[in-house]
Amino acid sequence: MGQGFRRVRWPVRLALSAVMMLSATARAHDGPENRIFSSGFNFAETTGEELFTNVCQGCHMPDAGGASGAGVYPSLVADKNLEARGYPVYLVLNGRRAMPPFGEMMTDAQIAAVVNYLRTHFGNAYDDAVTANEVRDARR
Amino acid sequence: MQSEPVTVRRRDLLALIGTVAGSAAMYHAMTSLGLASESRYKGPIRLEGDPRGASVLVLGAGLAGMTAALELRKAGYTVQILEFNARPGGRNWTLRGGDAFTELGGHKQVCEFEDGLYLNPGPWRIPYHHRALLDYCRRLGIALEPFNQLNHNALLHSVRAFGGKPQRLRAVKADFQGQIAELLAKVTQQGKLDETVSKEDQEILLQALRSWGALDNGYGYKANLISAEFRGYTKDPGGGLTAMPEPSEPVGLSEVLKSRLWRYLRGFAHYNFQTTMFQPVGGMDMIGKAFAKEVGDLIRYNAKVTQIQQDARGVTVSYVDAKNPGAVQQVHADWCVCTIPLTILSQLPLDVSAAMKSAIDAVPYAASVKIGLQFKRRFWEEDEAIYGGISYTDLPIRQIAYPNYDYNRAGRGVLLGAYLFDGPNSYEFTAMSPAERVARAVEFGAVIHPQYKSEFENGIAVAWHRVPFVLGCAGDWSDEARAAHYNNLCQIDGRIALAGEHASALPAWQEGAILSALDAIARLHDRVVRT
Repeated sequence: MGQGFRRVRWPVRLALSAVMMLSATARAHDGPENRIFSSGFNFAETTGEELFTNVCQGCHMPDAGGASGAGVYPSLVADKNLEARGYPVYLVLNGRRAMPPFGEMMTDAQIAAVVNYLRTHFGNAYDDAVTANEVRDARR
Repeated sequence: MQSEPVTVRRRDLLALIGTVAGSAAMYHAMTSLGLASESRYKGPIRLEGDPRGASVLVLGAGLAGMTAALELRKAGYTVQILEFNARPGGRNWTLRGGDAFTELGGHKQVCEFEDGLYLNPGPWRIPYHHRALLDYCRRLGIALEPFNQLNHNALLHSVRAFGGKPQRLRAVKADFQGQIAELLAKVTQQGKLDETVSKEDQEILLQALRSWGALDNGYGYKANLISAEFRGYTKDPGGGLTAMPEPSEPVGLSEVLKSRLWRYLRGFAHYNFQTTMFQPVGGMDMIGKAFAKEVGDLIRYNAKVTQIQQDARGVTVSYVDAKNPGAVQQVHADWCVCTIPLTILSQLPLDVSAAMKSAIDAVPYAASVKIGLQFKRRFWEEDEAIYGGISYTDLPIRQIAYPNYDYNRAGRGVLLGAYLFDGPNSYEFTAMSPAERVARAVEFGAVIHPQYKSEFENGIAVAWHRVPFVLGCAGDWSDEARAAHYNNLCQIDGRIALAGEHASALPAWQEGAILSALDAIARLHDRVVRT
C-alpha cells in the first residue's frame, strides 16, 4: 500500500475556465474554497485534520458529536474508548458494525495521523501518539 | 468502477478479461469464480400447507419485508410489519418537488424539482435477468420503460487524456476495437500466429477482424467511410446537393491506450449492466408504492425497533415512536422476518446465536452518494443529442446520467450529476454539507458540459451513510467475510430469519432483497408446517 496515490487539490488543477467558474458558485455552499479530492482508490488526504474533515465527519459529524437515526454513530467527544490507542487503530483498519474498514484505502501513516488527531481534539487529550509502525503491526 | 487499487482485485481481473477477450470469456471466468449464473427465480412462490394461524412479525417495509408480508399473508399467516420511516419502500425511494429529506446531522433539504421530474437516490435500474423483481412488477401492474445503460453518443472523459476534452463513447469504442483489430491482423499476416492458429482459422480471423474493427480491404483502420460507420462522421450524410458524408479521423493506438478511456467500456459488458435494463415509469418508488397497495394495511409506520427477544414460544419486539420516542411498546409473534439493515441491527439487543451475531457485526455498508440537478433546459439533448445513458469521467463526480424519460421535450430536465459508489470520493462527498455537494457537482460537471454554468437551477444530494433509516448504502461483503459468515447470517435462528439485499449474493440490488425474502420465508414456512 501507500506510494501510488495522487494528491489533487481540485479544482486548482482543472482548466482555467473551471477555476473561473468556481468563483461564481463558491458562495453556494459553506465548504472550503479548495478541497482535497482523491483520484484513485487511496485517500489523498494526509494530515489528521484533513482526514477527519473529508472522511470521518461524514458519519461522526463536524463536531465529532455523532448522530442518531434508526441506529447510532457514536460521539467521539471526550471518548474513553480512545484511551487505549490500539482500539481506534483496530477500528479504522478493520471496521465493525456500521463503521467501514479503511485499511485498504489509507496508509499506515494516514491511519496514525487521523487517530492521533482524534485523540488530541474534541475534548480528548491523550499524548501518547500512535506511530505508523504500530499501525503496520496491527494490520492482519 | 472508480477504484484503482495497486494490486489486481478479482473484479479488475474480470474487467481485464472482459476488455481483452470479450464478454463471453469474462462470463466463463465469472462462472468459474462463482459470480454468474442463471436466475434463481422459478416463478411465484407456492407456500403449501396450513400455517394453522401462525403469526409473523416483519421488521422493515422495504422490498424484502413487503415481499415476505405479501406472500406470508397469502399463505394464511397473520402478518404485521414495523417500519422506521413514515413511508413504505425503504431504499426503494424517489425524490420529487416538495419532498423534504433531513439527513443525519440535521441538514434538511426540500426538493425543488419541477412536477414530473425526479431523482432515484437508491436503486435506479433493473437488469433483464432480475426475474423475481420483474415478475412482481408485472403482477403488481408497474409500468416499465427502458433504462439506457449504453448510449454511444454519451461521453467518456479523463482530465489526463485528450487535453481534458470529453470523447464520444462510440469513437473510443470504435478506435479501441479498430486499432486492436488492425494490430492483430498485421500480426496474423506476418505469420506470427502460425504456431497457435491454423491457416484456415487465420483466414476466418482476418475476416472477423475486418468486420469487428471496421478495417478496410488492406486490414487498415483508417479515416474512411468504413470506420466512420462505427465512430461517426465529421459531416453526417445529408440530402440533396450537399448529401455526401465526410469521415472522421481515428485516434492512434498509443493515444487510445494511454487515454485509459477503454476502461469504462467494461461497464457495458458486465452481466448486470447489459441491455435491456428497465426503470419504472415515474420513479423507482412506484414499486414500493405498489407493494404497499397490497400490504399497506399491515404496516405500522414510525416504529423504531429497540430490542428483539425470542424464546421457545415466540418473538417479542420492542419499539418506540421514531418521531417522539416515549413509552416502549411491544409486539409478539410466533416468528420474525427481520430485514433491518445490518448497520442498525448490529447495534440492537438481539437474542440470536453467537454465530449469527458475529455475522451481523461483520458486514460494513458501502458509501454512496447521488446528486440530482435540475436545469432550465435539456441542453444535453438540445445541444448534444445525448438521449439518456451515462457519461463517465475520472473527475470526483464519476458519472453524469441523463434522464431516460420525457425525451426531446422542451423545458426543464433533471439529470444525475454525480454517482459515487465506494472509494474515497464517496466518503469525501458524504463529509460535505448537502449544499456543498450540489455546488461541487455543478463545478465538476461544468468541465464536461459548460452549459451547467448558465442552465443550473437547483439540486438535491443524498449521501447514504447519512440516511437515517439505513446508515450506509448496501452490504459490502468481502470474500473473507462471506466465507466466514454468510451461511450463519442466512440460517433461521430459533424463530428469527433475516432477509434483505445483505442476505443475498446480489448485494445492493433489489433482486437480492426479494430473492432473500423468498428463500427465508420458504424455509420458515417449511419449519412451520412440519412442526
